[in-house]
Amino acid sequence: MIESLPSTKQQPKGPEANNEVTAKVKSFELKKNDKYYAWLFLGPSILLLTVFVFFPMLRTLYLSLFLTDTFGNPTVFIGLKNYTTLLKSASYIASLKATGTYVISVSVFTIIFGLLLAALANQKLRGISFFRNIFTATMGVSVSVSAVFWLFMFNPSLGILNKVVVAFGFHPINWLTTPGWAMTAVIATTVWMHLGFTFLLFFGALQAVPKSLYDAASVSGATSRYQFWHITLPMISPTMFFVAVITLISGFKSFGLIDLMTGGGPTNATNLLVYRVYKDAFMNGNYAQASTEAIILTIIIAIITFVQFKLLAKRVNY
Amino acid sequence: MENSMMKQVAKKKILGNTVKYLLLAILAFIVIFPFALGIWTSFLPSMDIAKGTLWGGGQLTLHNYVTAFTQTKILRYLLNSLVIATLVTAAHLFFCSLGAYAFVFLDFKYRDFLFYVVLGTMMLPFEAEVIPNFATVKMLGLLNHYSVMVIPFLTSAFGIFMLRQTFKQIPRDLKEASDVDGLSHWQFYWKVVMPYSKISLCTLAAYSFLGAWNQYLWPMLTTFSDHLRPVQDGLRQLQSEETFNDWGMVQASAAIVVVPTLIVLYIGQHYFKSGLNEGSVK
Amino acid sequence: MGIELKGITKTYDHSEKPVLSEVNAEVQDGELFVIVGPSGCGKSTLLRMVAGIIPISDGILKINGQVMNNVPPKDRNLSMVFQSYALYPFLSVADNVAFGLKARKMAAAEITQRVDDALKMVNLTKYRDRKPRELSGGQRQRVALARAIASDSKICLMDEPLSNLDAQLRVRMRSEIRELQRKLGLTLIYVTHDQTEAMTMADHVMVLHDQHVQQIDSPLGIYNHPANHFVAQFFGTPQINLLTATTSGNGTATQLIIDEYLQVSLDNPIAAGTYTVGIRPNQLGMKQVAANSGNATVINVEALGDQTIIEAVMDNDVEVRIVKDGQVHVELDQRVAVTALGPAFVFDDHEALIAEQGGVENDRIVAVN
Ligand SMILES: Nc1ncnc2c1ncn2[C@@H]1O[C@H](COP(=O)(O)OP(=O)(O)O)[C@@H](O)[C@H]1O
Ligand SMILES: [Mg+2]
Repeated sequence: MIESLPSTKQQPKGPEANNEVTAKVKSFELKKNDKYYAWLFLGPSILLLTVFVFFPMLRTLYLSLFLTDTFGNPTVFIGLKNYTTLLKSASYIASLKATGTYVISVSVFTIIFGLLLAALANQKLRGISFFRNIFTATMGVSVSVSAVFWLFMFNPSLGILNKVVVAFGFHPINWLTTPGWAMTAVIATTVWMHLGFTFLLFFGALQAVPKSLYDAASVSGATSRYQFWHITLPMISPTMFFVAVITLISGFKSFGLIDLMTGGGPTNATNLLVYRVYKDAFMNGNYAQASTEAIILTIIIAIITFVQFKLLAKRVNY
Repeated sequence: MENSMMKQVAKKKILGNTVKYLLLAILAFIVIFPFALGIWTSFLPSMDIAKGTLWGGGQLTLHNYVTAFTQTKILRYLLNSLVIATLVTAAHLFFCSLGAYAFVFLDFKYRDFLFYVVLGTMMLPFEAEVIPNFATVKMLGLLNHYSVMVIPFLTSAFGIFMLRQTFKQIPRDLKEASDVDGLSHWQFYWKVVMPYSKISLCTLAAYSFLGAWNQYLWPMLTTFSDHLRPVQDGLRQLQSEETFNDWGMVQASAAIVVVPTLIVLYIGQHYFKSGLNEGSVK
Repeated sequence: MGIELKGITKTYDHSEKPVLSEVNAEVQDGELFVIVGPSGCGKSTLLRMVAGIIPISDGILKINGQVMNNVPPKDRNLSMVFQSYALYPFLSVADNVAFGLKARKMAAAEITQRVDDALKMVNLTKYRDRKPRELSGGQRQRVALARAIASDSKICLMDEPLSNLDAQLRVRMRSEIRELQRKLGLTLIYVTHDQTEAMTMADHVMVLHDQHVQQIDSPLGIYNHPANHFVAQFFGTPQINLLTATTSGNGTATQLIIDEYLQVSLDNPIAAGTYTVGIRPNQLGMKQVAANSGNATVINVEALGDQTIIEAVMDNDVEVRIVKDGQVHVELDQRVAVTALGPAFVFDDHEALIAEQGGVENDRIVAVN
């Protein structure tokens, strides 16, 4: 089908002037052809994105302006009422706060630990590649595998953590069923899960800093600490920014870990935004509210992504 | 005097290195411990685990693995994920590269507008759109079917964006030379652009594969039968069924899931890095 | 005073063979000292040891009389210009120049003063707020120079600072650097692989090759009295001709015979034997002769306008290069008689210089190793 499209055949070579004319005609014909090729090449992607991204977004927005029945059909138009109700609801505010705590902690700790690992692995030491390999190891661990590993450690009776706690003479802790601890546990697991990736990124960034910059700095009188703050950090700041953005975004989209570890509990302490959408829609059948929540989530993520694009465009050259 | 100075320098270095090694060891322990503990328990007899004797107990056994392979559908889950991820990856490579080609090498009305539209979709999280999407696939009668885990993910805005960046690096001269040789767009795409962009295509493949492999929410919503379940949801199933006291078997299943991913990642490491760095710079 | 290298040896980790062995040299206060040698001979290695960026395996480095072997780079009080310039991409031109001063915690007012002065000296005042990537190669190079100027250290090290510039700019920067060095009274160690740079800039030249110092002398000293084959071949374009010659008779002799036409007579007699004689292309004479006489055949002629380079193959199959002033008309395949005009160098079978023939009055022979 593609082969049978009109294709321009190069004409036999003529004298110079003639050639130029053919070239012009040809490029004109090509341009005309481009339209068909564009439809053909881009059509499938545009169709898919329309059906599974744009339409659902508009539909979600639409639903958020209505009351819905238990099948998710809109019934009564109520304008922005869903939004005002939601933003006044204490439990939603709590969810927002919990999500904020979660994403910021995850982002900050991931960056700190990732950078620490990378900085150490970047040292010239004997056997350093052994440590490098260990640090990349968590890269392959998916959400559910992480959850299994950490659930076992957090297990109140069998888990290693409580064994340590007891060994130090404290009472065992119900990690996943005590509000504060549950959030901590989820954050710790997420950071651990991100470490391999982040390490790899930071390590690559550190290695990409030209060695001569450090040589120049040390000759001109900078201590290694000064070099870290005034060369290393500025040089890897684009990577730090990038890591911050992707951990923030993936934090806002976190679902699997919550579902596997806490189910949003205890008492909604880890009921993050996506989990709320899922629960409200598919367990409580409150599609209007879930749609409203989805729109708010989308706005937050869109803002972060947008800021990222803008800043990146500016910061490419430092 | 020189000598004492030398000794001082050497001493300082040894001290510094000791601190570094100590830190490395502690961090390596933290990173690897949850992992190692999981793998270790997968080799322990269930009795030992239930009693809380993690070391010094009886001997190691493969029993948990035997149980995982024979009593659960873990192999089926793996196969499902493999099929889904492979299909999604192949589709991404094809549709994203075609789309990116159009944005770079074709001249048509609304090109820039369409590109911004595609860029815009990168801001929209799929997780926030599951409600209408669920309704759509239900209406299309795709529920509880392989295709429901593939069709919505046949293309990716990120993939188009990334490949567009790559294709833009291809020298314009190549396009002009191929015009002179009379290559059609399709031929140029297939014979020049694709081979030229191998590395980026591999990067995208690695991403797409991992992304599909790690799908969790969508399969959970749209499939109900055990024989369709991909691994991530399979593990959830194993872990929440009443077998959940059989930690050894669950850990063995996790190990079975994680090993192939580790292998893929160690092979694809290089591509991930370049892809991520590209993302951070461009 | 100045810089003193005593028996400096460097062996990199994980390698057995030293990159440099037993390097001895003395750099005088305020001179421009050029280290020259083919790429990979260890020039950068030597410079980086002086800077303190890499450790010295063996030997002693003294700066102003003080042993510096274990002093960290920041305390050696010198400045350095790198081949890649090593500019900080995230800092403006002015901040790049100020970097070292800030690191040393100099007062803000003084930093501004120094930066302004340094930028003025290299004509970059207008560009002070630009980022390195917004500058041309030549301008980047000047920023690197300005950085060295702004630091108040009197010792400056430069590692092939001009190798990334185009030919014209290189010629201009050569004299600018030379001027700066004089004006600031810098002790400058300058590394290059380019013999022209060495010849045109240096007070003294150190020739490095094959782990060893081949010769240290003034540029003309090196040109006029090359210590060995390598030095003779490294300096001067086109390359020197190396020809095999034997003494006449069988006692000591003053006559070296290459062939019937080409003979060299020495000031002092040498022992009988076979030697290698080096004659620079402009010290060979050439006469066009009839088809069946002469000792060489012309195989190539390059007319450069103000001079002509003739390549000929001698009857014993050795190729020689002859340079004639002005424009000389020679046909290819023309038979010629090649003769010796002025100075020639005689090397023994260890390739070391053992005798010279007239031309130059000064008969100082500097042979190292
Ligand atoms: N860090 C290093 N480790 C091992 N060998 C090196 C290192 N740096 C340079 N070398 C080797 O030392 C030799 C001299 O290098 P270098 O000093 O850079 O030469 P030059 O500057 O004269 O071109 C080369 O053969 C090079 O391969
Ligand atoms: Mg060098």
